[in-house]
Amino acid sequence: MILKKVTRGELHEWVDEVIAARRTYGVQSKSDQFAFAPLKRASDLRLDYDVTILPPKTFFQPQWEDLITYRGDEGYQSVIEAEPFVLLGVHPYDLVAVSQMDEIFSQSKPDIRYLSRRESATLVAVDVQSPSRHTFAGYMGTSSVDRGYDILLTRMGDEYLVDIATERGREIMGRLERLRDAAESWLDQRMMVWEHNQGALRAHQLRADPSTWPDLLEKSYDHPVWEEKARLCFSCGSCTLVCPTCYCFDIREDVGWDLETRRRYRVWDGCMLQDFARVAGGLNFRKDAAARYRHRYYRKGKYVPEKLDGQIACVGCGRCIQACVANIADPVEVFNRLAEGA
Amino acid sequence: MESGARHSRDHYLPRPALVLQSRPMTESDRFFEVRLECKEDLGHMPGQFVMVSIPGVGEAPISVSSSPTKKGSFEMIVRRMGNVTQAMHRLQPGDGIGVRGPFGAWFPVDGELKGRDIFFACGGLGLVPLRSAVNYVLDNRGDYGALQLYYGTKCPSDRLCVEELDRWRDRGDVSCEETVDKADENWSGNVGVITSLMTGLRVEPDRSAALLCGPPVMFKFVVGALRRAGMKDDHIWLSLERHMKCGVGKCGHCQMSNLYVCQDGAVFRFSDVEDIPEALQ
Repeated sequence: MILKKVTRGELHEWVDEVIAARRTYGVQSKSDQFAFAPLKRASDLRLDYDVTILPPKTFFQPQWEDLITYRGDEGYQSVIEAEPFVLLGVHPYDLVAVSQMDEIFSQSKPDIRYLSRRESATLVAVDVQSPSRHTFAGYMGTSSVDRGYDILLTRMGDEYLVDIATERGREIMGRLERLRDAAESWLDQRMMVWEHNQGALRAHQLRADPSTWPDLLEKSYDHPVWEEKARLCFSCGSCTLVCPTCYCFDIREDVGWDLETRRRYRVWDGCMLQDFARVAGGLNFRKDAAARYRHRYYRKGKYVPEKLDGQIACVGCGRCIQACVANIADPVEVFNRLAEGA
Repeated sequence: MESGARHSRDHYLPRPALVLQSRPMTESDRFFEVRLECKEDLGHMPGQFVMVSIPGVGEAPISVSSSPTKKGSFEMIVRRMGNVTQAMHRLQPGDGIGVRGPFGAWFPVDGELKGRDIFFACGGLGLVPLRSAVNYVLDNRGDYGALQLYYGTKCPSDRLCVEELDRWRDRGDVSCEETVDKADENWSGNVGVITSLMTGLRVEPDRSAALLCGPPVMFKFVVGALRRAGMKDDHIWLSLERHMKCGVGKCGHCQMSNLYVCQDGAVFRFSDVEDIPEALQ
């Protein structure tokens, strides 16, 4: 671990250096929200953001991604696109989600496309400075992390503590190397930031500790809450699109403009969408909105945790709450409700 | 992140294959014999499926219908249902397709089923995957006890593998009984649901097993009939239908509660799924 202490000006100089040398994406403002986008200059970087519209999964599992092409003369060819890039400004809760996706896409049949993109990424994280109005990361144990990043930036007054944690982080440290080292005591100060954030990232009050979620769900399959919430659901899938731990996809096929090249690609899909579990011939194994709504919560709180040593597939980012037009997607409300009856 | 993308193989890349035979079986079902271009055997077991690619159209999950004891090529029987299967119905000998897989679990003909009396119960297209198990068992006939096949279709013109059913009957070492929901003027056989064939069922609980494939509604009644005759829940295997898209347990389409049908099934032991809420409904 290398620890540096930098001023805001020094940080900007370093970011501009990174931008000049590598493909770089960073958090920027987008009307009154924030989004990851190609970064042209350090001054556009907003390390004080609350939450991005879409999570960083877009960089590892893009919305549209080619799988294979087919041409009569050359048959089927794999398409695997992965170029090195730097992602600046990832929040801790999103890092937790990325590490879960790493496990999912490495399990049993590893996904070569996800893993290639993931291995091309250098992740520069930043501790949260402005909690979002729907966050409950403080309850989910995801308001801070001590791993999963290559570099972690923590703001302390007018300065930043820069924690360069990995070899990959060292590769982009450039001019930071010549700057002053931070004293070990800064780690204690960072701990205070983490403790503060654990309390601050609690905009929605969760009364059901995440460790209880699998058991709560175990006995709540016929709970009235599924039907009550789903009655208002438009089945639009917004909650799944913005979720950092949703990764379901569809596979589709297209003919190119040369009318010879055929491409097969995958696109994000979501279990909240009406036809998700439909089979040829029309039978739909999850035709009721309530069954789809319930399935999503069971994935988050039970099915995925069973595959990932108990890790809950919700990091408390609150994006689903913000995205839901019917105002029914708040996991805090649902799990508080399940806990009431318990 | 330093895991081994370099060492992973591309599970989405189909293997090129050649259509050797393509002929109609019913008005809406077609029989195909296919050989991988590499000329290797598919390497499947009865009950497994492949993803079939038609360039420019897409991919669909298709049961392998031939037994792995048949070498050099494999067979599929495909109903015209969606884009891909419609395109498959236009395939002619010599045409190329792509194949991924085989995927999933299989009927344990190579393990637990040995030495057992086996009941095969299938409705409609359910004969297609079971045909693989039947032929495997018949090709290793000495390894199993008594064999009984029940096959139900909506009407006589829906019956698949008609000549093969006659060949099985002619062997004398497997009993094949058929029924149709609705007869026509040429049908002299049984009329009624599949369980109407199973009234005199004789099950020896410790040495009997049943393999089922058919529409969801069939399972409830067939399992009921088997149970009443003494069949144990963990001696029943069934093949469940869902829409597999990736085949490798990721895309989520075939998920059934916590299970991915493409990886954990499509063949399941009944006692493993009877309490899974989304499995049998």
